[in-house]
Amino acid sequence: MIVSDPILTLSGISKRFPGVRALHDVSLALKPGRVTAIIGENGAGKSTIVKILTGIYRPDEGEIRVRGEARSFASPRDAWAAGIAAIQQETVMFDELSVAENIFMGHMPTGASRLVAWPEMRERAQALLKRIDAVIPPDFKLKRLSVAQKHLVEIARALSHEAQVLIMDEPTAALSASEIDDLFRVVAQLKSEGRAIVFISHKFDEIFRIADDFICLRDGEKVGEGSIATVTQAQLVRMMVGRPVDQFFPKRDVAIGETVLTVEGLSNATEYADVSFSLRQGEILGLYGLVGAGRSEAMQGLFGITPITRGEVTLEGQKLSIAAPSDAIAAGIAYVPEDRQDQGAILSLGIRENVTLAGLTKHVKGLFLSRASEQAETRSLGRKLSVKAAHWEQRLAELSGGNQQKVVIAKWLATRPKVIVLDEPTKGIDVGSKAAVHDFIGELAGEGLAVVLITSELPEVMGLADRVIVMKEGRIVAEFKRGQWSAEAIVGAATGAGKEAA
Amino acid sequence: MTAPVTSGDRYAVADAPQRRWRDIALRWEVILLALLALTIIVNTIASPYFLDVFNLADATFNFSEKAIIALAMALLILVREIDLSVAAIVALAAMGVGYAAEAGFGPPVLFAVAIGIGLLCGIFNGVLVSYLNLPSIVVTIGTMSLFRGLTQVILGDQAKTKFPSDFLDLGQSYFIKMKETGLSWLFLPPVPLSFLIFLGLAVLFGLVLHRTAVGRRLFAAGSNPVAARFSGIPVARLRFILFAVSGILSGLAAALLVARLGSVRSNIGIGWELDIVTMVILGGVSIAGGVGSILGVFLAVLVLGLLTFGMSLNNIPGQVVSVYIGALLIAVIAIPRIIERIRTRSTR
Repeated sequence: MIVSDPILTLSGISKRFPGVRALHDVSLALKPGRVTAIIGENGAGKSTIVKILTGIYRPDEGEIRVRGEARSFASPRDAWAAGIAAIQQETVMFDELSVAENIFMGHMPTGASRLVAWPEMRERAQALLKRIDAVIPPDFKLKRLSVAQKHLVEIARALSHEAQVLIMDEPTAALSASEIDDLFRVVAQLKSEGRAIVFISHKFDEIFRIADDFICLRDGEKVGEGSIATVTQAQLVRMMVGRPVDQFFPKRDVAIGETVLTVEGLSNATEYADVSFSLRQGEILGLYGLVGAGRSEAMQGLFGITPITRGEVTLEGQKLSIAAPSDAIAAGIAYVPEDRQDQGAILSLGIRENVTLAGLTKHVKGLFLSRASEQAETRSLGRKLSVKAAHWEQRLAELSGGNQQKVVIAKWLATRPKVIVLDEPTKGIDVGSKAAVHDFIGELAGEGLAVVLITSELPEVMGLADRVIVMKEGRIVAEFKRGQWSAEAIVGAATGAGKEAA
Repeated sequence: MTAPVTSGDRYAVADAPQRRWRDIALRWEVILLALLALTIIVNTIASPYFLDVFNLADATFNFSEKAIIALAMALLILVREIDLSVAAIVALAAMGVGYAAEAGFGPPVLFAVAIGIGLLCGIFNGVLVSYLNLPSIVVTIGTMSLFRGLTQVILGDQAKTKFPSDFLDLGQSYFIKMKETGLSWLFLPPVPLSFLIFLGLAVLFGLVLHRTAVGRRLFAAGSNPVAARFSGIPVARLRFILFAVSGILSGLAAALLVARLGSVRSNIGIGWELDIVTMVILGGVSIAGGVGSILGVFLAVLVLGLLTFGMSLNNIPGQVVSVYIGALLIAVIAIPRIIERIRTRSTR
């Protein structure tokens, strides 16, 4: 391959969010006919780069050059016009419109009458699809297509605009093996046409199969780059995680007691199978895995949100049958969901009403709710978690993300659980609140609670957990005890690079 | 070990906000109260017959049956559902009362028949919405047609007019009779049964919604159904129960209506569903869910009822009354938005 001038370069790009440094001084050059893989852990800054490339975010510092010319993207439209197109993890297209309409959305061919020239549009859509060997009728509604076919429509859409840079953000996440082969054939063809491709994936086999170059991000900084042919899988894993993870989150010394919870063979139809583990008093069990590994789904099955097809749950020696969340709550299991805004908090209600919601019957005196009893509980839990608010009737919508999360945790502590499942408890909250939440998780374990901590952040799980279970594609693939693990081994198990990395 | 989180004592958080007059004055119930006062004052000036206890008592006949159903509708709208089949349920239940009366049954059975038919209709709606997960607006537009159509098919153009006199008495005379004391300002006003039932149910619904755990769960389910479910609230079951309650109250209203009119035709109560939704929306229950109060609905019922009554006293035709009510409803929905816009602009 002839090495020519890059189509697009990023130099010295930095981006901050309140309390978070998302990217720091990252440079990147995308050359024609090359596939560049961006690798890194969840939260390393990959998505931020994509959003900067596609004009959704504007960098605080740094320069974007397209074919040597400095550009600034004020909106996604500018990036699109500059020939950059992204194929997203979850396709953002119009299910109820036809394939042709989706391809030409925003730039439909029109005749002199300013009406859409339907025959021309259909023909051109057909031609574009043919170019990538996609057998999809342009008149089909998008909702009739599979995820793989939708990806192809998105690629056709990018080609309709003669995009020179294509960004593929986990394009294979929902594809079968043969669909992945098809997609890779299209990628090879796009390469041969001299386009630059950005490929983001957690799966090392795919990276080694398709990528020419790589850059590796960690905590928003570039920690490595080069030709993929010059590195091994093990080296990449080390690059991704290589940091002293034990400093940040001090582990409390907690006496671990009796077994509280035993889960045996928990399965549902599609997302997870044969999940078995046990949990003891005062223990923090980390549940690590990539996004989509089935961790949240399994815990939601345990909690009765979604039906399970098989599995036995025993709590303190008693077999439970959990058909609804109320059963789990009554038994002493609490689940703090990942999606705070939609699943955790009720933003239009006040702090008191949120805190007492899951354990409401406790505050019923006679027929009616006792305001005094609710207030007493809110006050004590609010103080314990140091929720900062003007008053306890304040609506949750007016609080910061970190304080909302504290209120949601308070709601679950109010049910006096024996087991608490925390699903990504520090996702999207500022650094200060994060430390408070970490400290608090340790405190909960210290009080004898059994904690399941679902997290995608390696330092968090390694800092807090007594034991780590790794899930991959719906199954438990590894278990590590504190002191017997390494960052490389955990990531290796989660990504399936196990043997080489260990 | 990290430094412990700042101790709570330094951040003493008050139990409740300090009350500010501005917030209280802008509460929806206060605005409705002002609207009610305005309606009474204007009507009193316009007609000497308005402030007569017998006239006012008679006025309540015209809205109490709808108002009873509005209580159930308020809870449904609060949890983001709606029941547009209520008037059709009234027709079906009224027909049942007509046949039962012909068969010679007395008032207790007639009320039981009406409530029973209402409950069955409500359960039908509830199953479709809660357990088949169909949108309630579509389901109840369908059952509106279905229930009304059944009534029309069975009844044709005949009317049921044979009712026992003790049943008609319940609907046509005052349940509580006027009692005067020696003092001209101290008396027991005449109260029709339907209004009395409405008052009783309003107090019951108010207590349930604003003072019990069930009420709190309804607010939570209306504000964020997903988070409510994650908090162990059986959202689907609550919805089902509300549809059943809506059916029961529609049946009850049907019995009261038949007792008042003394006849049943297939077009009985036609168009009521929109009058009822109007009462609920004017009462400040948000169609987006999670916001509303029974006091607001109660005041809105009185505003609409007295407004209609006052206008008819002054011989204003019904069509004009609709124009006025339509304008009022739109103003009610628009004004809070406008106030909010002005507020955000001024704080910027």
